[in-house]
Amino acid sequence: MTKRIVILGGGTGGTLTANRLHRHFRHHGSGHQPVEIIVVDQDDHHVYQPGLLFVPFGLAKHSEIVRPRHEQLHRDIEFVQELIDRVDLERDTVVLEGGREFAYDVLVIATGAILAFDETEGLTGPGWNEKVFTFYDLAGATALAAALDKFEGGKLVVNVVDMPIKCPVAPLEFCFLADWYFTERGIRDRVAITYATPLDGAFTKPVASAALASLLEEKQINLVTEFNTGAVEVNVDGLGGKLVGYDGREVPFDLAVVVPMHSGAEFVGRSKGLGDDLNFVPTNKSTLQTNAKPNVFALGDATNVPASKAGSVTHFEGEVLVENIIRFLDHKELDSTYDGHANCFIETGFGKALLIDFNYETEPLTGHFPAGVGMPLLKESRMNHLGKLMFQWVYWHALLQGRDIPGIGADMPTRGKDLPTPDTSIRTTQGAPS
Amino acid sequence: MTTTTYAGAAVELNDEGFFMDPNSWTPAMAEEMAKADGIDTLTEPHWTVIDFMRKEYFEKGTGPTVRVLGKTSGVSVKELYLLFPKGPAKMAARIAGIPKPKGCI
Repeated sequence: MTKRIVILGGGTGGTLTANRLHRHFRHHGSGHQPVEIIVVDQDDHHVYQPGLLFVPFGLAKHSEIVRPRHEQLHRDIEFVQELIDRVDLERDTVVLEGGREFAYDVLVIATGAILAFDETEGLTGPGWNEKVFTFYDLAGATALAAALDKFEGGKLVVNVVDMPIKCPVAPLEFCFLADWYFTERGIRDRVAITYATPLDGAFTKPVASAALASLLEEKQINLVTEFNTGAVEVNVDGLGGKLVGYDGREVPFDLAVVVPMHSGAEFVGRSKGLGDDLNFVPTNKSTLQTNAKPNVFALGDATNVPASKAGSVTHFEGEVLVENIIRFLDHKELDSTYDGHANCFIETGFGKALLIDFNYETEPLTGHFPAGVGMPLLKESRMNHLGKLMFQWVYWHALLQGRDIPGIGADMPTRGKDLPTPDTSIRTTQGAPS
Repeated sequence: MTTTTYAGAAVELNDEGFFMDPNSWTPAMAEEMAKADGIDTLTEPHWTVIDFMRKEYFEKGTGPTVRVLGKTSGVSVKELYLLFPKGPAKMAARIAGIPKPKGCI
């Protein structure tokens, strides 16, 4: 009998999982039983999400960062374009909105995160996409490009409403690129840039937070911490507005770029026993099996694992997830080796970028990646910027296809990192060549 | 780690002032900690939040974030900030004797 694997979501995680599984099972199936792979998504537009950051600054266009989802999947993988109504865990069945059902042997939840605009008072009220924008979706990023083009000076506020968000460094990158963009236009002295975050520093982890805070200072970007946005208010004259914090603090703006709250996909909320209060899927952080049922796995932004919601995390999770689906079908013990590895380029403007590399246990440190000789970590360099640009090619041609990328594996490398010495201080010298 | 006395009993707190052992907490200690934090009396809605946070912690292993509190405790986020002005999740967790809710990355 054919085994059926249904994958919900045709984004980074769903696509690379489908292609990896296909490559594994295409010749021998599972225990000599053929394996059928079905990917379900509500649309056929695969967005290269790291590219959204560049759209507002005219550095990337819609056509460059969107490709058909079905074309990223091997032709033997079935692609179903339809809205998901719910997962019926008891019957091992996915129910689509049109009523069609798919029974599965293994289910993979890879439906990512959605933007919960409605959870912030006034966010999409008057002034939305005129004075208040987001760059976290293509429509918003495109509208923001037009607004930045017309912006001649004033207060630009970049705000994260609440964690978790996709790519927690992206709002910082936006600030750095805005600094570069207005400098290039010769009006930087007329623009005040403020970054308002709910965190108590520029970033979550101490070493990276300190490095990023000094970069903000160097670029004269104001940092407002522990700011919990209660409401977005646009003035009646439409000429600007303010963010109002729950603690009463106010941050005035002429143009606001807001990263809304995130939730899991809506169908998760309609699927009894699958999600948490925010519709994220409680998932084992080492095996990527969900808590809901042994034959249900999840990866990427859809899960509640305590790792960044970032493409690199999804990529590394994919390796362990695929191995575990194979083991599950073979009735073998699961591999519990996903270590929370994340790897992010942080664009800092003027053709430079930082690189950070970390996991559940080790925070982003200085040194070099992937070994003593390599890209500098937590330090601005042109090489990192080129790495970031080159990554788009790697994404479409290797990562989504499920090919291994040399030097970038699921396990976080420690060679080349300035690991804390026993007295817990951080060495600032570069890692010794290995 | 420090040791301090609340309501006549010695308790261990971590560097940020959160209880090391949530089982060593008593309601009388909450009253005392609240006073020190500028809340004169813990009213019924305060206790709704405190009880909810302890229940969540013992069920799930971590206290809820403000957003989850607002969605599930029956007290809106606005009210939460009025009740616990210094940041509801952190302040209420401390008074409720549970560890700081795990922030997300």
